[in-house]
Amino acid sequence: MTENHTHTEHIDSETGKLGMWIFLFTELFLFGGLFLVYAIFRAKYSADFHHGAAELNAFIGAINTVFLLISSMTVAGALTAMQKGDRRMTMLLLTVTLMLAALFLLNKYFEWSHKFEYHIWPGSPVLKNMPQGELLFFGLYYMMTGLHALHVIVGMVLLSINLVKVKAGTVNAGRYVILENSALYWHLVDLIWIFLFPLLYLIT
Amino acid sequence: MKDEKQHISSYASLTVVLVILLTLTTISVLVTGIHLGPVTVAVALVIASVKVAIVITQFMHLRFENLFLKLAVSGVFTLFALVILITFIDYFFR
Amino acid sequence: MTMGNDTQPSYLEYQGKHKGLAGWLLSTDHKRIGLLYLYAIIVFFFVAAFLGLLMRIELIAPGKTIMEPQTYNGLFTIHGIIMIFVIVIPGMAAVFGNFFLPIMIGARDVAFPKLNLFSWYLYITGALLGVLSQFIGNGPPDTGWTFYVPYSVESDTSVIWALTAAFILGFSSILTGLNFIVTIHRLRAPGMKWMRMPLFPWAIYATAWTQVLATPIIGITLLMVIAERVLNIGFFDPALGGDPLLYQHLFWIYSHPAVYIMILPAMGVVTEIFPTFSQKPVFGYTAIMISSLAIALVGYFVWGHHMFTAGMSYYARWFFSFLTFIVAIPSAIKVFNWISTMYGGSIDLKPPLLYAIAFIFLFMIGGFTGLVLGSLATNVQTHDTAFVVAHFHYIIFGGMGFAFFAGIHYWYPKMFGKMYNNRVANIAWGFNFIGFNLLYFPHFILGIQGMPRRSYDYLPQFHTGHFISTIGAFILIAGMLLMLFNFIRAGRRGIKAPANPWHGVTLEWKIPSPPPHENFEEIPEITSKPYFFGSSDKTKQ
Repeated sequence: MTENHTHTEHIDSETGKLGMWIFLFTELFLFGGLFLVYAIFRAKYSADFHHGAAELNAFIGAINTVFLLISSMTVAGALTAMQKGDRRMTMLLLTVTLMLAALFLLNKYFEWSHKFEYHIWPGSPVLKNMPQGELLFFGLYYMMTGLHALHVIVGMVLLSINLVKVKAGTVNAGRYVILENSALYWHLVDLIWIFLFPLLYLIT
Repeated sequence: MKDEKQHISSYASLTVVLVILLTLTTISVLVTGIHLGPVTVAVALVIASVKVAIVITQFMHLRFENLFLKLAVSGVFTLFALVILITFIDYFFR
Repeated sequence: MTMGNDTQPSYLEYQGKHKGLAGWLLSTDHKRIGLLYLYAIIVFFFVAAFLGLLMRIELIAPGKTIMEPQTYNGLFTIHGIIMIFVIVIPGMAAVFGNFFLPIMIGARDVAFPKLNLFSWYLYITGALLGVLSQFIGNGPPDTGWTFYVPYSVESDTSVIWALTAAFILGFSSILTGLNFIVTIHRLRAPGMKWMRMPLFPWAIYATAWTQVLATPIIGITLLMVIAERVLNIGFFDPALGGDPLLYQHLFWIYSHPAVYIMILPAMGVVTEIFPTFSQKPVFGYTAIMISSLAIALVGYFVWGHHMFTAGMSYYARWFFSFLTFIVAIPSAIKVFNWISTMYGGSIDLKPPLLYAIAFIFLFMIGGFTGLVLGSLATNVQTHDTAFVVAHFHYIIFGGMGFAFFAGIHYWYPKMFGKMYNNRVANIAWGFNFIGFNLLYFPHFILGIQGMPRRSYDYLPQFHTGHFISTIGAFILIAGMLLMLFNFIRAGRRGIKAPANPWHGVTLEWKIPSPPPHENFEEIPEITSKPYFFGSSDKTKQ
């Protein structure tokens, strides 16, 4: 037999990683469409976007940024631990990552429900009476953070699968493509947020 | 696993990277406090881009990957920047 | 030397873990998945072609002929959605790419076989959802396949279902593209350096990048339209401060590259056919390969030429028009290379070559009229007229469709292990070629005279053109049915095909017809450039 893989063999690390990177490119362009819309409307209604951003709580945003940055580090650490063959450490760091992700979502939940208390949701009458730029700002806010939150949830599912597999030993120091790729995915979630945070919360 | 040697990042280096990222975040938040007008936007975006670059090269191990992947990642970001730029040829001159 | 032997069961007879129908629906064999796509595409193609025929019958005379205006609006919408999203965008890459890409680069399968099967299921889900949108809610969508706002937000037909269908189909297309890129990077046979790869895989490679990098934009755009309808989010609604033109930008950022997703594999297929039937190496290997990549790259930045009359800024129009002319250059390079490949070769005018030559002819008409549409002044005259309808049917059907016919005639013996009847194939070709030109050429003239596209009714002065066009539609349908009949008959009663009926030299001709389950008994070593027609080649059979 040659080196080429067949149905029965497992996908090797390089192949899996390349596939994952290309998938991440598509994710970048998926959010990219929204960033483009943001850029256009921000240029058109900069004063309204300014006001809209001022109404978001930059502190909550900053805390969430910290959560995601740390979680990105812990998932990278989990991979390091796996490469070193330290199963317990891998599981510990994966659990920490998952907890940070949950905290992020919890924060997001409070943030959204706070906005809902002020009757600000897409298409709400209050929003429709606001200046047009602010209406678009909140439309973008909900769509971007919503799509991002969806990715956080998907990432959590992936990491939980990894946790189970590491425990079962099907992901181990000899074969950890799934862990590697899930970590890459999780970094992407972080990466998108790194852009979202200043664009939505800071540019006041 | 078969042929390619895997690079292992040490916990220490990961921690250093995290500290840098958190510092940049703090700077970014602080800069917003000083009202610099339009420059604020630029500063915030530049800092965000630096953070993204760090995450990609360090956490995502891009600096240990092959040349093709490096080119592909930079190509993808360039492509996206061009798309935004070209769309603005319309909006800017309308 | 023939690699593999005939005692190994072919992929058609291979019995894996699952038997019978499940052996197909659960197979991760790239060849079986290719055929799954093929069968689905044939069914949807004839449905959509029949809908097109109904539209032509309606237009045979002014006024109402067989249907109500609203039915007509629904027809051209679903005709477009099926033809674009279900057939031509996935078509070539999913059928021939799946079947032949791994074989031509000397691999046993694609990089992610399970993902490949998953893509097919996404595809079939999306396609069926598109069909379902015709029968649920407030009737068939009537927005046209472009889903332009504000109408796509206001129309109370089941637009959301069609949008969801297109979204799912896009996702399927992304995964297929991803799979092919990784396959080409990781699974080339030993010795097959990049510049030793045949040109069809190169075309698929360029296509795959476009699929991966452009499709997500349409995904998010369709989501935004859904959000606009459900949540009233305002991005595209001028009353709420949004901008309808922004939708057009986003839509065409994907949908223009999508044209290249359609045409690049088509170019790849004919690039394989010309050397084989001229028994001569392809002329300008590097030029063809670079032009594929150049088309994919420059094609990404010309989307605005669909919006010249929509109210873009002057500079934007100038920029997009300029780049549109630039992108014509690599296409022209390919045409010169194909013709030069035939020059001085020993030409064997078999059905695949006939279709490939028809492809050049029709593609050139489509390409030149594309320049008419791409230049600012003439675009204003012809925008949204029948001229556009003629132009893109010449590109998409005359280009991509005829290349598909060329490809299926070329590879049918390999795929099914049977020979079809050449005489019948030639006659069908005649019907198709004549019918096609009768059907679409009058639209150029009608368009210049001012016949708008997507119109249910027309002034009496356009009658002659429409009448000729409808006659052409009948001839074309007859030709395609004859072609289908020829293939079905060949599948049942055709004589057994040899491993290399056309004396081709790429890897797929070096394994038995039909190929065995994992293609190669032993992965070949590649030691030279492709398309080497040495003197010993004739003995290969």
